[in-house]
Amino acid sequence: MTATAEPRAGAGGPHATRPIDDETARTIRGFEAYGDGDWDEIAREAIGEERIVVNMGPQHPSTHGVLRLMLEIDGETVTEARAGIGYLHTGIEKNMEFRTWTQGPTFCTRMDYVAPFFQEVAFCLATERLLGVTDDVPERASVIRVLMMELNRITSHLICLGTGGNEMGATTVMTVAFTAREEILRLFEAVTGLRMNHAYIRPGGVALDVPEGFTTQARDALKKVRGYLKDLGDLMLANPIFRSRLTDVGVLNLAGCMALGVTGPVLRSTGLPYDVRKAAPYCGYETYDFDVPVSKNADCYDRAVLRLEECYQSLGLAEQALTRLDASEGEPVIVADKKIAWPAQLAIGSDGQGNSLEHIRKIMGTSMESLIHHFKLVTEGFPVPAGQAWQTVEHPRGELGVHAVSDGGTRPYRAHFRDPSFNNLQATSVMCEGGQVADVVVAVASLDPVLGGVDR
Amino acid sequence: MSDEKDKVTPDKATQDEAALDKAAQGRAVQDKAAQGTGLSGSGAGGEPGDLERVASPLEVVEVRHGMFGAHDSGDTSGYGGLVRPVALPGPSSRPYGSWFDRVVDVLTEVLREEGVDADAAIEKVVVDLHGARAADAPQAELTLYVTREHLLPVCQALRDDQDLRFELSLGVSGVHYPHETGRELHAVYHLVSVTHNRRLRLEVTAPDEDPHVPSTTSVYPANDWHERETYDFFGIVFDGHPGLARIEMPDDWEGHPQRKDYPLGGIPVEYKGATVPPPDTRRAYS
Repeated sequence: MTATAEPRAGAGGPHATRPIDDETARTIRGFEAYGDGDWDEIAREAIGEERIVVNMGPQHPSTHGVLRLMLEIDGETVTEARAGIGYLHTGIEKNMEFRTWTQGPTFCTRMDYVAPFFQEVAFCLATERLLGVTDDVPERASVIRVLMMELNRITSHLICLGTGGNEMGATTVMTVAFTAREEILRLFEAVTGLRMNHAYIRPGGVALDVPEGFTTQARDALKKVRGYLKDLGDLMLANPIFRSRLTDVGVLNLAGCMALGVTGPVLRSTGLPYDVRKAAPYCGYETYDFDVPVSKNADCYDRAVLRLEECYQSLGLAEQALTRLDASEGEPVIVADKKIAWPAQLAIGSDGQGNSLEHIRKIMGTSMESLIHHFKLVTEGFPVPAGQAWQTVEHPRGELGVHAVSDGGTRPYRAHFRDPSFNNLQATSVMCEGGQVADVVVAVASLDPVLGGVDR
Repeated sequence: MSDEKDKVTPDKATQDEAALDKAAQGRAVQDKAAQGTGLSGSGAGGEPGDLERVASPLEVVEVRHGMFGAHDSGDTSGYGGLVRPVALPGPSSRPYGSWFDRVVDVLTEVLREEGVDADAAIEKVVVDLHGARAADAPQAELTLYVTREHLLPVCQALRDDQDLRFELSLGVSGVHYPHETGRELHAVYHLVSVTHNRRLRLEVTAPDEDPHVPSTTSVYPANDWHERETYDFFGIVFDGHPGLARIEMPDDWEGHPQRKDYPLGGIPVEYKGATVPPPDTRRAYS
């Protein structure tokens, strides 16, 4: 066959689809892979300088959800990498403008669904700033928030390490990580009733107190989690395949992190101990004893080690929080201001819903004004003074920021979430270009993007 | 709002609005509000006659009609004629407290050295105390309103000067204030100084008719995607951005979804015989 393709087969041949036979088709160069010489030569002859662009995703399992990577490859080497997002955009921020401030956590918890408590806490802290009640949030509520966030940090890191291991073919890493995560999810279920999408943190405090006997249950679970973490560390960190796949892959140095606004374990793997819990403490983190682990090689292996180390730090924090929970038994878990606080001492009713029987008895039986007030608080919501607030928390993936604007009404005028994965994905190009295609998977896994948070 | 403000509760907001009403007495606020021009003047203590001359207008975010916030049912309260503009906290006066004064001073000095008119560049300085007594409380926030022409030199100075060193940008978020004529679109930049452990907010405004703001990607490459997102959702065009394309919405999408004039949409949902209206048609109290 010559370089210019002849119309193949006779016009009368059996064809499911008729062969295209027009002016355009005649000008397309065809080639046939035969003759002597390497594939390289044939390819060079056939496609010359043409670029090969491979679409990885949005449905590829190792892109952690609907992330689309556009890779320009030369053999096995990635010469250019671009990330495309937006496949999971659900308009949560816009929707929040049409709900009350108390309904806000129900929405923002669904952003980064692997770490839901962080969005809830950040949004509630921003709301409390606008309300000017930051210092009035009861100690016990802050302790519960810290406990939930630290447990959530462990589950999030376990997802990162487990799925990251699975992507490299180590299924056992995933099963161990998910088993450990399961222990903590049971704790979440005991406290909030749900394993994800909790909507448990409320402006002013939390929705309800932890159930009776929770601290004992949590201590037992954390003991098991500690064991699983050790197994995971043994399985991963000394494994020669794991080491060689991750070492010196996806390097991003301190200057690169700063320029691209990358925070979290990726930034700390360059040696900078920047952690919002230390830099701008919230929820009383300044009163807890914990370290910010750092390393200096800035590669994927260091990030995996850091995440594991952070899990141990979070275990320590959770244990401190449990001690404080025992000490503050019976204290309030939401601000005293009745203009803001929903009833928070709830019991499970016959309908399976949480109800405060004492509160119902009061508003239904003794005080018409209380009934009106409760009705207005729940249906209208509480007004929040006009202004804007910016609150950041240390999310498992970096610095999560909430920009909340109020127009003095009962709904947010604007709620913007600076999701760390959204920002960190910008580093995909610089971390993947020049490496192998297989390393792209490792590098993206070390960024640990969750597309629900990226697209919101 | 003044610095003495010790505690902000929902009730206090109503008082502030009442104070605004008083300040606006004798002026045809209703007419102005109807024209969508909003209210200009300073928040506290301004004589009614001075209002027009004050340089920094209040950021009017909303104009309320009636007494109780509900605007879809008939007015039975007798307060239907009440019109109240709602404004964001106005400019603060010195001393701002904490490190805020120093940062503003250093920035002014650096800008002067660069040959930039610092007074023109920094429109106003707002300190949000958020219920704290003093500016050194962790919840106190500093906002610098910067004119868009001077955004780049301000960012450059904030990033590079050794006494400022806001080296980490946490991104850009947009806000749409349709009531603020000539300043409808706001781009808000959140900066962090890891060196000095400080947080700062820059705010830039642009009118709806000319929605252009210079891109800050040359100073903070991290703002690349954030600016694309703000363009996508608000239609703010960041001049000089290397590839200002939509990022969340499809490329052929029409409109900018998070603007206030863009409807939320939704359909009524029938559940167990009752019909739940879509959220944007339910009764609102703000």
